[in-house]
Amino acid sequence: MTKEYKTINEIAGPLIFVEKMEPVGFGELVEIRMSTGEMKRGQVLDTSDEIVVVQVFEGTGGLSRASTVRFTGDVIKMPLSPGIIGRVLSGSGRPRDGGPPIVPEIEREIIGAAINPAQRAKPRAFIQTGISTIDGTNTLVRGQKLPIFSGSGLPHNDVALQIARQAKVLGEAEAFAVVFCAMGITNEEAQHFMADFERTGALERAVIFLNLADDPAVERLLTPKLGLTTAEYLAFDLDMHVLVIYTDMTNYCESLRQMGAAREEVPGRRGYPGYMYTDLATNYERAGIIKGKKGSITQFPILTMPGDDITHPIPDLSGYITEGQLIVSRELHRKGIYPPIDIRPSLSRLMNSGIGKGHTREDHRAVSDQLYAYYAEGCDLRGLAAIVGKEALSERDKLILEFADRFERRFINQGREEDRSIIETLTIGWDLLSMLPETMLTRIDDKYIKVYHPKYASAAKAEEKT
Amino acid sequence: MEVVGSVKRVAGPVVHATGLKANMYDLVLVGKEGLMSEVIGIAGERHIIQVYEDTSGVKPGEPVKETGGPLVAQLGPGILTTIYDGIQRPLPLLAEKSGDFVSRGLFVDGIDHKKKWEFIPVVKKGDIVKPGQSLGLVQEQLLIKHKIMVPPRHKGGTVKEIYSGNFTVDETVCELEDGSKLTMLQKWPIRVPRPVNKKLPPSIPLRSGQRVIDGFFPLAKGGTAAIPGGFGTGKTVMQQTLSKFAEVDVVIFVGCGERGNEMADLLHEFPELIDPKTGRPLMERSIVYANTSNMPVAAREASVYTGITTAEYYRDMGYDTMLTADSTSRWAEAMRELASRLEEMPGEEGFPAYLSARLADFYERSGRVQTLGGEEGSVSIIGAVSPPGGDFTEPVTQNTLRITKVFWGLDTRLTQRRHFPSINWLESYSLYEQDLEPWFTENVDADWVKNKRRAMAILQENAELEEIVMLVGSDALPEEQQLTLEVARMIINYWLAQSAFHPVDSTATFKKQFDLLASLLKYRDYAFDALAKGVPIDTIKSTPSKDALAKIKLEEDYVPVLQNVLAQMDAEFKAMK
Repeated sequence: MTKEYKTINEIAGPLIFVEKMEPVGFGELVEIRMSTGEMKRGQVLDTSDEIVVVQVFEGTGGLSRASTVRFTGDVIKMPLSPGIIGRVLSGSGRPRDGGPPIVPEIEREIIGAAINPAQRAKPRAFIQTGISTIDGTNTLVRGQKLPIFSGSGLPHNDVALQIARQAKVLGEAEAFAVVFCAMGITNEEAQHFMADFERTGALERAVIFLNLADDPAVERLLTPKLGLTTAEYLAFDLDMHVLVIYTDMTNYCESLRQMGAAREEVPGRRGYPGYMYTDLATNYERAGIIKGKKGSITQFPILTMPGDDITHPIPDLSGYITEGQLIVSRELHRKGIYPPIDIRPSLSRLMNSGIGKGHTREDHRAVSDQLYAYYAEGCDLRGLAAIVGKEALSERDKLILEFADRFERRFINQGREEDRSIIETLTIGWDLLSMLPETMLTRIDDKYIKVYHPKYASAAKAEEKT
Repeated sequence: MEVVGSVKRVAGPVVHATGLKANMYDLVLVGKEGLMSEVIGIAGERHIIQVYEDTSGVKPGEPVKETGGPLVAQLGPGILTTIYDGIQRPLPLLAEKSGDFVSRGLFVDGIDHKKKWEFIPVVKKGDIVKPGQSLGLVQEQLLIKHKIMVPPRHKGGTVKEIYSGNFTVDETVCELEDGSKLTMLQKWPIRVPRPVNKKLPPSIPLRSGQRVIDGFFPLAKGGTAAIPGGFGTGKTVMQQTLSKFAEVDVVIFVGCGERGNEMADLLHEFPELIDPKTGRPLMERSIVYANTSNMPVAAREASVYTGITTAEYYRDMGYDTMLTADSTSRWAEAMRELASRLEEMPGEEGFPAYLSARLADFYERSGRVQTLGGEEGSVSIIGAVSPPGGDFTEPVTQNTLRITKVFWGLDTRLTQRRHFPSINWLESYSLYEQDLEPWFTENVDADWVKNKRRAMAILQENAELEEIVMLVGSDALPEEQQLTLEVARMIINYWLAQSAFHPVDSTATFKKQFDLLASLLKYRDYAFDALAKGVPIDTIKSTPSKDALAKIKLEEDYVPVLQNVLAQMDAEFKAMK
């Protein structure tokens, strides 16, 4: 099993082709020793009697036909123990913080098997992030995967950090951990994340995987798999609630394309491989809750949309897998609004199971829908106002236009450290809606209007006092 | 004698093997673990095999065993309420065997072979039975009687012995003169359509309870519909709503490469949801095939066939069945992925050249039919399509639209305004409209067709006017047109918009749909009348009864409420001078 071979026939990009050997298993872990004695690791992509194709994670630089190849007879595994919390590892799972290697209590295959859909518990625990555009209109629940679609130069990292800092399930104090996977981000961005983790003490309950911009690109294909294997261990073995943040998925997909090109595969849209959907799914689908287990995995993948184009294959395929998306808008950012989350194209698919009576408040859905409807209409009217001038609009339209402006300033806009409770968020929503006549609140049941509309709410309070 | 071949090459889900005699689409077992696989190509000495499970660790030289036949679905009592993976393995049983994660090489029967069912014969000794004919009944669920039929490929004959009592699906319940023994179990290859006597015309509507669908773009029993839409336009909610409220006997939900949490939601919700018609949990009439996006891609490819085979089986008993596939794009992508691993010459956008043929074969398995047993049953198919980037010109959407008769186009702009169902009323169509009009006229109201055309005309005009409004503002329009805009807004918000989550509004009877629309049109007539008499438009627009119309759809017992509002409207307009 541990025979070493010196039969590398061809090296092409990140791939090596090895000849004449004992049968080798598909997906096996491969160790390649260079003439300097340095070791690299790889994985079998295609195996047959004649030739074996190996993808080398740490790059093929320095390899030659004289390098030796050893097939380990085993697939890639991640060493895991409770001591992993607080560690900083490389994109391929080696210590990067100067600490000792992880002494494994258990080793897990990094290509995780799929969670049996019948064993999944329905995610329904409301997570309060303290950000109105999320809590109020795109509510996050435990076990969800909600990506942030952003563009270059936008403050998506700040939003992610604010979420990581403030996220909590109301009325619960449970073991909580963050797994952070960086793929191809710059050293500066990594520093930014690390500094914030350190400042808030999050580092002590985090596991960090860093593959920076100058690390090998192929290694990035490993990083989220290592991170998610760790997350599954923390969640389902150690009963922790795990928040996984990975950034930037765009870099991951670029590596995937690079591999596809090296293997001379038939390319799909824009050169990305046809199996990119399945590949992304094997990452994103590792979020959720399992029946009878205490822990959970909630994912926040961050990706920058090339050219702010949401139809680009990377955001497009991601959006088909994830349970919604938060869209960071350049337009709002330019207006100086933070967080610049455009609620119109944003969506949380699991919102309904986490809101309403017993979770947030009974009027939540109705208020959210009503805010959405008039904000969207207001945004449309801006285009009209730009052509015909505000004066030519009807009174109703002017009112809605004003509503949209106020909505951006009061509801969307908030401080980077501002942690709004869900009740505060809903109160702001009602305050905004109260500028419209009651007959315009067609999406809200009368019974909620009678209770929560500021007009009646203050009357009810006054009554209570007397 | 068992033929054993040997693995030559492994590349992801595709394996090459030599030494086999298997036919195309035969089921084989690959490797030491015996992974379920299917022969999808034969090239000289080599069999090309797609594996339904993860192939990590499989080596050249490992054995490949033949099973002697194609992949079959097991059909018999006990299918209903079960949740399966794409190759009909019950997921709860997999969980018992392998825990919370799906591991490999597991064999589980599609239906329970140990459970005893009470079989009540409907034929007697000496009767001549034909293929497809019912031999007896099993009460599978409280409301569903499972008919045990002579299998379609059996030639039938004279009943020599028929038993009654409790049996497992493997025990003989009927013997024929020619010596053949019939059980309650049928096995049917999933890729072959089950035969019928004849197909019937699509002249009966399949009630969905959704006003925009039943009112404007109805589906016929046995029909096919496509729901294309970019992500986040409400495809999944739409499909789930239809599964919940459509007026059918059996619902088959194929989650094909979709989200695990969504399946969890469905599995959590269905047992709790009560069918408004029967008062029983919806799960009792449902079968779920869940092959999530991270489960093996080859099983995803098979899942739609397994699903449609089960639908046909219940149809053969004389039931109306509906299959919803979410999403057929993922199915097509599974085909593409496998084709590319086979290094086949790609067609458009990398999809295999046989994409359109496969889609057509699948949708052709729908239909309202007279079964072999002489009953009337139907299979309706609703396929969600997820076009990349929301671009409807891509091959899967285009090929699907060529085959399906109903197109419910979901619109991102409507979603962003939180208008649900986000079916675009200008772009969508139903080719069953003509076929179904006589039914609606006869069974709902003689004015059904007329009202529908009037409403559509108002919406068409509204779309044209909106373009003008975008340029000059609404105040610059003549008053009649301003009123049309107002009426259109009412039709859109009060009638077309329907909340899938509201306890009352989530479904509506044909009668309620009709009455609501008629009341809006009545308002329109009053309003135009008043305008012609010189009543100022602002007075017309601010009639209190108009706002009252908005909330009638939320009333369970809407008839008295509607009558009050109509009386109020009548009084208000009479008072206008």
